[in-house]
Amino acid sequence: MTDAAIDGPVLSADGRPLKQSLRRSLRRQQWRAILLIAPLFVFVLVSFLMPIGSMLFRSVENDIVPDTLPLTVAALQDWDYASGEPPGEPVYAAMAADLQAAFEEKTHTQVGRRLNYETPGVSSIFRKSGRPVSRWDLAEDGPFRDRFIDIDADWGDPEVWRTIKSYGGRYTTGYYLAAIDGELTPEGPRLKEPDQRVNQKLLWRTLWLSAFITFCTFALGYPVAWLMANIRERTANLLLILVLLPFWTSLLVRTSSWKILLQEQGVINDFAVWIGLVADDNRFQMINNQFGVVVAMTHILLPFMILPLYSVMKTISPTYVRAARSLGATSWTSFWRVYFPQSVPGIGAGAILVFILAVGYFITPELVGGADGTFISNRIYYQFSVSGNWGLAAALGTMMLAVVLVLFWVYDKIVGVDNMKLG
Amino acid sequence: MASQLPPYASLPERIWFYSFRVLVAAILFFLIFPILVIIPLSFNAQDFFTFTPEMLRFDPAGYSLKHYEDFFTNSQWQNAFWNSVKIAPMATLISVTLGTLAAIGLTQPHVPFRTTIMAILISPMIVPLIISAAGMFFFYSSVNLQGTYWGVVFAHAVLGIPFVIITVTATLAGFDRSLTRAAANLGAGPVRTFFKVQMPLILPGVIAGGLFAFVTSFDEVVVVLLVGSAGQKTLPWQMFLGLREQISPTILAAATILVAISVVLLIVLEMLRRRNERLRGMSPG
Repeated sequence: MTDAAIDGPVLSADGRPLKQSLRRSLRRQQWRAILLIAPLFVFVLVSFLMPIGSMLFRSVENDIVPDTLPLTVAALQDWDYASGEPPGEPVYAAMAADLQAAFEEKTHTQVGRRLNYETPGVSSIFRKSGRPVSRWDLAEDGPFRDRFIDIDADWGDPEVWRTIKSYGGRYTTGYYLAAIDGELTPEGPRLKEPDQRVNQKLLWRTLWLSAFITFCTFALGYPVAWLMANIRERTANLLLILVLLPFWTSLLVRTSSWKILLQEQGVINDFAVWIGLVADDNRFQMINNQFGVVVAMTHILLPFMILPLYSVMKTISPTYVRAARSLGATSWTSFWRVYFPQSVPGIGAGAILVFILAVGYFITPELVGGADGTFISNRIYYQFSVSGNWGLAAALGTMMLAVVLVLFWVYDKIVGVDNMKLG
Repeated sequence: MASQLPPYASLPERIWFYSFRVLVAAILFFLIFPILVIIPLSFNAQDFFTFTPEMLRFDPAGYSLKHYEDFFTNSQWQNAFWNSVKIAPMATLISVTLGTLAAIGLTQPHVPFRTTIMAILISPMIVPLIISAAGMFFFYSSVNLQGTYWGVVFAHAVLGIPFVIITVTATLAGFDRSLTRAAANLGAGPVRTFFKVQMPLILPGVIAGGLFAFVTSFDEVVVVLLVGSAGQKTLPWQMFLGLREQISPTILAAATILVAISVVLLIVLEMLRRRNERLRGMSPG
């Protein structure tokens, strides 16, 4: 060996400096990892992240008004609602032209429906006006103002024009305003009357019931997890199967069995009548209310609390409690001061998981919730499929997503997403 | 208070020891009872959702298979059942293949942005289903996937991915990397090493993840309600409609069949877990 080889950089087998060679293999390893992850990442991007993005976009998008009524929106620029007067003839002429074009495309009812979300009643005047306006001759038949008012007196109402003017832009915050039960008035945005704040009520109910259900799963899950962690392993495995069976059973099966158990002619009421707890004509009302939702969801989410609790409790060494006892602590003190603090990470993991899942529940509240047990998810579904107000559904969804993502972030900080375990 | 009562335990301790066990037994009863109760109810000879006097007397006339007969002959239920059978395996296949590859990639050392990628891949499990469903409806409509078989399959595959990622990365955490190095040293290429050495050892995790993904798809209602159309009506969808509109006792038969399926899945998983523990016990470290 020459001196140069000893003093110079260490070389690998192919004669490159070792450092360079290491870096190269490290880079190659990174690329291999990225190539392995890439197909899934692209798949999730296209079939999940982009859909979520398109929902976020829907919550502010408002193309239908400027696309269907371009001339009217432009003509309304010069009109001021504060004047208290309906706009001048040019605006009516523009509306006539827009409506004729929209009638051809059959979009005049859609724009009416869109504006109806903001000011009820607008939908009907658009629907009513489509056909008559399509017969007008734009060059000859003017002025149009009185002809519009002949079709429906509401065309002379400044309120209708204000709605069109306010929602004439390509983007709108109107859906978010509606999602928090606000409305745009001439004096600016404000909240609706307290008894009309449906979404706020549902949002609070969702959060409060989810918190209560989380507490119930904790109260029921903690003793079970404790016993499983402090019992012979063979017995613990048996108990674990009893916890895992409901976990693996279809959500719909569990919801339907609660519906069957709790209903007025159901098993529990029959039993209560049989043992004489209640009279036959005065059975318990346990379903289609909050009670039913709490019972069913506590049952469904209980395994999600027991499993993380159990996995943490398994690692708590019994010697600490024994040491506390031998130092004179009562069994309660040794549990509360020594054992319980060590199980807090499990409580945190289980509670956040249960809460996140509960906030997004749809099926169970829909089937056993009745009128006062529904969640915000049910409201979103209603807006989506029944009233067809997709923008409002998207805005409510975005708000809910924000809550869940914050919780997910907290979960990551406490538990770490890569420490998530199943069963 | 430990698993066994010490001989010197005082009377209050004895009372607490036994009443605590009764309490836990009651909670476990609460967990299991609603699932078990529908099994006898599904054999009801009447169209009731409760035990008839005949059933309580164990009179054979009180029991019948008519709800099962309806399930297997009614075209709506059969259609829904076969739709589920067509959708779930395909969704599982996609999530298991892509998910296993990605899990292997994620457990390599020195992956950039590992936690962020992991959080994104797990997010379909966390995001409320109604939100995923609404987003998918908007997006899949714009690319003409809404109301198609593949639209539902892709949606379900995404929902199953977190489970595959979680179970397979957990299995890989216990995988001894020197085995792949030994295989490479003995001249096996990466592909051969994967199929001959790594795959057989992580297979229990992959199967467990696959079962989770399968159940996720087989059990899913919300997304299929929005992304699917009548042609993709699945078994849970049919049950959902049945529960919301005309509550028909055939649901009990369908539910019992689903419980049977989940019992089978649970047994398979338990066997996998035991096998895994045995293998872990054999390998050093």
